[in-house]
This record gives sequence, C-alpha cells and structure tokens, in this order.
Amino acid sequence: MTGLVTIRIQEQDFDIAREIAALSHGRTDIGAVVSFSGICRGSEGEDAIEALTLEHYPGMAEAEIKRHADEAMARWPLQGLTVIHRFGRIVPGQNIVLVVTASKHREAAFHAAEFLMDYLKTSAPFWKRVDGAKDKNWVEAQAHDDAAAARWKS
Amino acid sequence: MKVKYFAWVRERIGKAEETIEPPASVRTVEELIAWLTQRGETYAYAFETPRVIRTAIDHAHVRNDAAIAGAREIAFFPPMTGG
Repeated sequence: MTGLVTIRIQEQDFDIAREIAALSHGRTDIGAVVSFSGICRGSEGEDAIEALTLEHYPGMAEAEIKRHADEAMARWPLQGLTVIHRFGRIVPGQNIVLVVTASKHREAAFHAAEFLMDYLKTSAPFWKRVDGAKDKNWVEAQAHDDAAAARWKS
Repeated sequence: MKVKYFAWVRERIGKAEETIEPPASVRTVEELIAWLTQRGETYAYAFETPRVIRTAIDHAHVRNDAAIAGAREIAFFPPMTGG
C-alpha cells in the first residue's frame, strides 16, 4: 500500500504526540514508530545561546525534503513518515525539527529516521544563526554531518 | 534570470534577490560566480571563497560546472546547517 508522507515547513511549534498519532492512529499495519526531535540548546561550548534564527529557501526546502522522503519510502518498507522543520526565531528548549517514521518492524523505521535526519542536516536548504548576547553568528557546517550523510550512499 | 542569496551570502551582498542578465559567454555556475564577483566589493566579499558556495538551479542542488542555460532561478548559499 502507499504510505502516508507529510512534509511541513512552518514557523509555529508542533506537538510531537499529535504528529505521531496522526501517522499511526487507527492503523493495525504499523508495528513500530520512531520519532526524532531536534531541540534548540541553551549553549554551544562556553557560549550561551539566546536564540537560533532559522533561515530557509521556500520552495526548495519542501522539494529537497520530498526528494529524500520519497527515497526513504522506496528504500525501506515504511507505512508512512512525517517531517516538520521550523523556521524563524527559536529559543532554547523549543523544537526545531521532527522526523517520524512508521513501519511494520522497528529496523526500517530506525534506519529511515536516521537517513532522513542525516540528509536534512546536509542537504535541505536551512541555515542556523546563533543569536548570542553580544553578536550573531552563522553556524558552520560540520564535516561529521557530511560523513554521516555519505554513509547512506550505496 | 532571477538570482537569490541566502544566509551570509545574502548579508554580504546586501540583497535577497535580483534579476541579472549575464553575457552569453557566461555558461556555467563557476563562470557566473566569477562574473558576479566582478560586480563590486559586496559580491567579491560574498564569493571570496568560491569552493564553499553552494548553488541550486530551479530548486535542485548543482555542481560548479553545471550549465546555467535555461535556468529560471539560481540560488547561492553557504553549506546548509538545518536539522
């Protein structure tokens, strides 16, 4: 059967429990749901973070996430997946991103969630700026994120 | 064609988007970056390290040697840091 794919790019917060329920409620063909949520930290090393400002490329962000969602659906036996990415100002403790994957057995859901997160970090057009007490700095891309995404290339 | 800039590329150039008409001799992304760099200090600053600049044509990632012919929208931005 065709899985349920939901992708949303939004400024407002999301409710993790509600998103999981939207994917799995009332279905008896789902045996495993994995959710990953990325949350804004209050510090980076020694430096306090007042807020993150997430910039994105409207249109391309949706297209790029859709491309990887389709790849995940083709690669693993998933009953569905949800990806939500926020933009705008996000303060420590608030949600940034959510990935939920559903499958019959846990392995597919675990792998697909990790795959989606690795690609979201390196390929979806979003940029984080750290707004500190004194200055504002764009976050630099991390080589270990590229390495994490590269391991899914077969 | 329409050109868009994001994150610190946008900040350095001082605008989020513009419409440009590069000469026909500008055929690839790499050549377009070189052409933009000649337009002024803000562009030279934004593109001072071309190898870190990422490019998308019509919402899809492309490499520096990609042809720009027929592109409706080209975007330049730093490596992505979402998620």
